[in-house]
Amino acid sequence: MIVAQPKPIKEVLEMVKDFKKILVVGCKGCVTVCNVGGAKEVGILAASLRIARKRSGYAIQVDEHTLERQCDPEYIDELKDIIGDYDAVVSTACGVGPQFLSERYPSTRVFPGVNTQFMGGAEEHGVWSERCAGCGTCVVHYFGGLCPIARCSKSLLNGPCGGSSHGKCEISKDVECIWDTIVNKMMEQGRLSELLEFRPPKSWTTARDGGPRKMIREELVK
Amino acid sequence: MNDFKPRILAFCCSNCASSAATVAEGMKKALPDNVKIIQVPCTGRIEILHLLKPFEEGADGVYVAGCQEDSCQYVNGIAKAAKRVAQVKKMLEELDIEPDRIRLFHLSAGKGQEYVEAACEMVDKVKELGPFLPA
Repeated sequence: MIVAQPKPIKEVLEMVKDFKKILVVGCKGCVTVCNVGGAKEVGILAASLRIARKRSGYAIQVDEHTLERQCDPEYIDELKDIIGDYDAVVSTACGVGPQFLSERYPSTRVFPGVNTQFMGGAEEHGVWSERCAGCGTCVVHYFGGLCPIARCSKSLLNGPCGGSSHGKCEISKDVECIWDTIVNKMMEQGRLSELLEFRPPKSWTTARDGGPRKMIREELVK
Repeated sequence: MNDFKPRILAFCCSNCASSAATVAEGMKKALPDNVKIIQVPCTGRIEILHLLKPFEEGADGVYVAGCQEDSCQYVNGIAKAAKRVAQVKKMLEELDIEPDRIRLFHLSAGKGQEYVEAACEMVDKVKELGPFLPA
């Protein structure tokens, strides 16, 4: 899932300080799963905005609406009859949401309510970690099912650097050295020699280095 | 003299705090009339939004009265409530609101005296802080 965290409330308050009618729009996708931008969190953000403005003596209208997803036009269309009633929209979806809203409703001021962090998963309830860097050409099978691009601090593809110590990365004792894990796993599977196989340099043209990406699947296009 | 009579909302665990209330009643001790009670089956069910809403609706202070840490009927309900109260304190601070407007009390079924004291303590504290919303 795409993992995000709430923007500091003061930052959101500053963004919307000139508006009197605000719609907070949530998303039932990834940000609901990582407890940052679903209906519940929309309620918390909206209540916080109302409380702050009420307390400062300038009560405003802050309404709530949560869409099935903010990354699909058909769900964003759901706002077409109400969005005109608001001076501003705060989206609690990942960075895709506010952009889709801005594109669909060009005259509406749209603000991000969360900071999008990474593509990852939940290690346990309340703890998420990065797993995918979206490089566009998955190679995890070469590395025991683990991705050194997303999980090595230097994205090294040819083994650990000198900063690997007792299974930890030199940047922090809380960060595992994924190369230590990869080597141990390959040893356990009796496949260590596979790491010595020659592979040509990875092409990064499918990653962000190749510019903004777009994917078209003709069989799905109407 | 401070005439301000704060409006306080209390979320009370139906296992410990409510039994403590019965004990308090037996001791002829009553809660201040400006403390409203919402009884919950377990404080672990109280969400952050439940704790924020009263402020939005004009409460001056909120507290949660739940079990002792080691005697929650549902094992860790009070621990969850403690984390949420701590989170709301942080959120209030971010909004430049006094974090002491929300608090957690650990009670147990027999603590009738403490049940009333918790309410009075909260009323006194919030009285000191003043009204939540401007006049």
